Amino acid sequence: MDRPLAVRARGITKCFGDVVALDGVDLEVARGRIHGLVGPNGAGKTTLLGLLLGLAVADEGRLDILGVPIGRALTAPAGVAGFVDGPGLYPSLTARQNLAALAALGGRSAREAGVDDVLHEVGLTDVADDPARGYSLGMRQRLGLAAALLTEPRLLVLDEPSNGLDPAGKRQVHGVLGRLAANGTAVVLSSHRMDDLQALCSEVTVLATGRVAFSGPPPKLAAENGELDYRLITSDPEAARALALGTAGVRVVDGAAPRHDDAALVVRAHVPAVDELVVRLVGAGVALRELAPVVSPLEAAFLALTEQKETGG
Amino acid sequence: MTATTAEDTGLEESGPDEETAAAPVVPVTRVYRFELVKLVSQWRIRLLVLACWTAPGLFVAAVGQQSTLPVDTLFGRWMHATGWAGPLVVLSFAGTWALPLLTSVVAGDVFASEDRLGTWRHLLVAVRSPRRVFAAKALAGLTVLLLLVAGLVASSTAGGVLAIGDQPLVGLDGHSLTPAEAAGGVLLAWVCVLAPTLALAAVGLLGSVTLGRSPMGLLLPAIVALGMQLAQMMPVPVAVRLALPGYAFIAWNGLFTSPVQLGPLLIGIAAGLLWALTATVSAYLLFMRRDFTDTAHDGPGRGAVTAGVLPLVALAAATAVAVGATTGATGSGIEQDKVQRAAATAFAHLYRLQTRQLGRPAVTEAQLRVTADCDKGSVRVAAEGPGNDWRCVVSWHLPGVDAVGTAVYQLDIGPDGRFMADGDGPKEVNGYFLVRTPAGDAPNPLWQFDGDVDLLATSKG
Repeated sequence: MDRPLAVRARGITKCFGDVVALDGVDLEVARGRIHGLVGPNGAGKTTLLGLLLGLAVADEGRLDILGVPIGRALTAPAGVAGFVDGPGLYPSLTARQNLAALAALGGRSAREAGVDDVLHEVGLTDVADDPARGYSLGMRQRLGLAAALLTEPRLLVLDEPSNGLDPAGKRQVHGVLGRLAANGTAVVLSSHRMDDLQALCSEVTVLATGRVAFSGPPPKLAAENGELDYRLITSDPEAARALALGTAGVRVVDGAAPRHDDAALVVRAHVPAVDELVVRLVGAGVALRELAPVVSPLEAAFLALTEQKETGG
Repeated sequence: MTATTAEDTGLEESGPDEETAAAPVVPVTRVYRFELVKLVSQWRIRLLVLACWTAPGLFVAAVGQQSTLPVDTLFGRWMHATGWAGPLVVLSFAGTWALPLLTSVVAGDVFASEDRLGTWRHLLVAVRSPRRVFAAKALAGLTVLLLLVAGLVASSTAGGVLAIGDQPLVGLDGHSLTPAEAAGGVLLAWVCVLAPTLALAAVGLLGSVTLGRSPMGLLLPAIVALGMQLAQMMPVPVAVRLALPGYAFIAWNGLFTSPVQLGPLLIGIAAGLLWALTATVSAYLLFMRRDFTDTAHDGPGRGAVTAGVLPLVALAAATAVAVGATTGATGSGIEQDKVQRAAATAFAHLYRLQTRQLGRPAVTEAQLRVTADCDKGSVRVAAEGPGNDWRCVVSWHLPGVDAVGTAVYQLDIGPDGRFMADGDGPKEVNGYFLVRTPAGDAPNPLWQFDGDVDLLATSKG
């Protein structure tokens, strides 16, 4: 089914003095989708998120947000919420007061804005009346998300929303984002955690040195990658090593296994070559106890893409 | 590789829906309330409010119970005599220390606190208008500042009137003000110093916008105030003195002379308001130029500091030229004729007061025909300018008495025109700090007294 676009960027360029933060970036995010931005530090993620939030204007290019062309004014259209560089909270106020003050900005009382509901949604009800100065990073992230939810956004822009979250907090935040997307909100988030992106995002855009290195679904990104490093634990490491050296398309990566793990063997190969190695191990009576990529395919693809860009490849 | 396109994915490009097209504009009043909530939630602001609404009253009441008085502070010598001296003593102190520090803490931090907390982006996403954010912050800072100043006035007045009483106040030239006149004068004096307070608050806004997290932004109003006080102590021409925005912190003295010394006060107020306007506009322009996506940003930098300072320096220079051209004021403004006139006027008023204290037959200033002959102790030193080497011989007549009375005073005249006359005999007139009255001992008004030379008045009068 066709989905209307929440973000449509064409040829966006943004410079800070001599530094080109974004260089001809294209981006499309459909409503009801979660779109991940990923890239090394300084790739331009925060700048792009800042443009979406109306905190800066592009030097060149065209940006439409929720169907509204963004001009030279420092403002985003209605329905956009989120944060960059961490949520902005006032430490002398409690979580409830922070949200009530924000609700009052929108001309609503705390009750009308549903402050209690959003606090419950992000799991902060128990600490709602504690001053925000005592909050952990994870709690601040959740309060920042609650602040964004108050406005019932149709485009939610989040910079590293999983930072500092424990596994339970992360699951809760992922649940909130999933529900928002299911209700038609477009979510654009940046993260360094590839597992988060894989779990959450229907599309990812990889930025490197201000340019788009990839944009598409995560499986497509993973498939972009060629060889991967795999870690094998077998019943006979010596025999396994000999078999790996004798298998076409498989290279043994010496020194890649952790020092404390003498039984592990790390090989670099395409998937078919790994399949062939497994067949040989079984045929030779070597039990295979563990086989896993050293880094996830998505992360490997990301590293390959961004390193390629940074070295000018 | 580039991002997938709508054509590639079959995504639909949509126009704005009605909800989106009507982007919400958060009214300044709401942002203002938001800023007030943030300010008032800070413990240091709450403590300041508490201190301003209680400490001056306690101070005035406590001094009223002591035997020694702060005679070096204007009106300090009258604190036992009337409760209306208290708020003026507090005003003298506030103009020097309290108001610059209050503006530092409130206005100097109102923008920098967002840098410190990293909340700029959050705030701008919520409000969607840097212009409204600036206006609301400036108004909220102003509101808190006015609340603090109101506390200083109310507390010191209540402390004085309740602990000491609602008696007449002796003005700076010795004339007596009724309690109603004194109350009006006190209120007007505090209103007048709002102009330099606003100027310092605007400098605080400018520092806060320009210097970001740097503590220098917070300290800027206090530093500027200190600089202006130092300038007032230097032998600068009177036109330069009046052109500085802090001059109204001194010029309110002129409200307590008869006639009122209105010229310096109005110029001081105008200079203060011009500084407030210029510094606020500079702060606004710098704020609007700021890039809020730059996380390393910590104030607009050195160029912006220059852009903030230069307009104010140019304004001070232009004001000085304008004051000099329109008033014809040159030099120190402290000349022999004016000193003699001020000393004679104050002596005449206070002589009448002493006469009443001693229960002698009433005399009028006209009957006394007081004159003063003042110089700097040597014919080789020109009788002009500030200094503590002024010496005056005051002469007066009493009805029906042929002999002319004389008394000697040493005058210490400050560059701002304020002086303290210290009696140097004869002892029957000004030799003792107490006089024996039918009701007991009372402070001798002629022993030491304060006065004020009008820097803008013409010499011959």
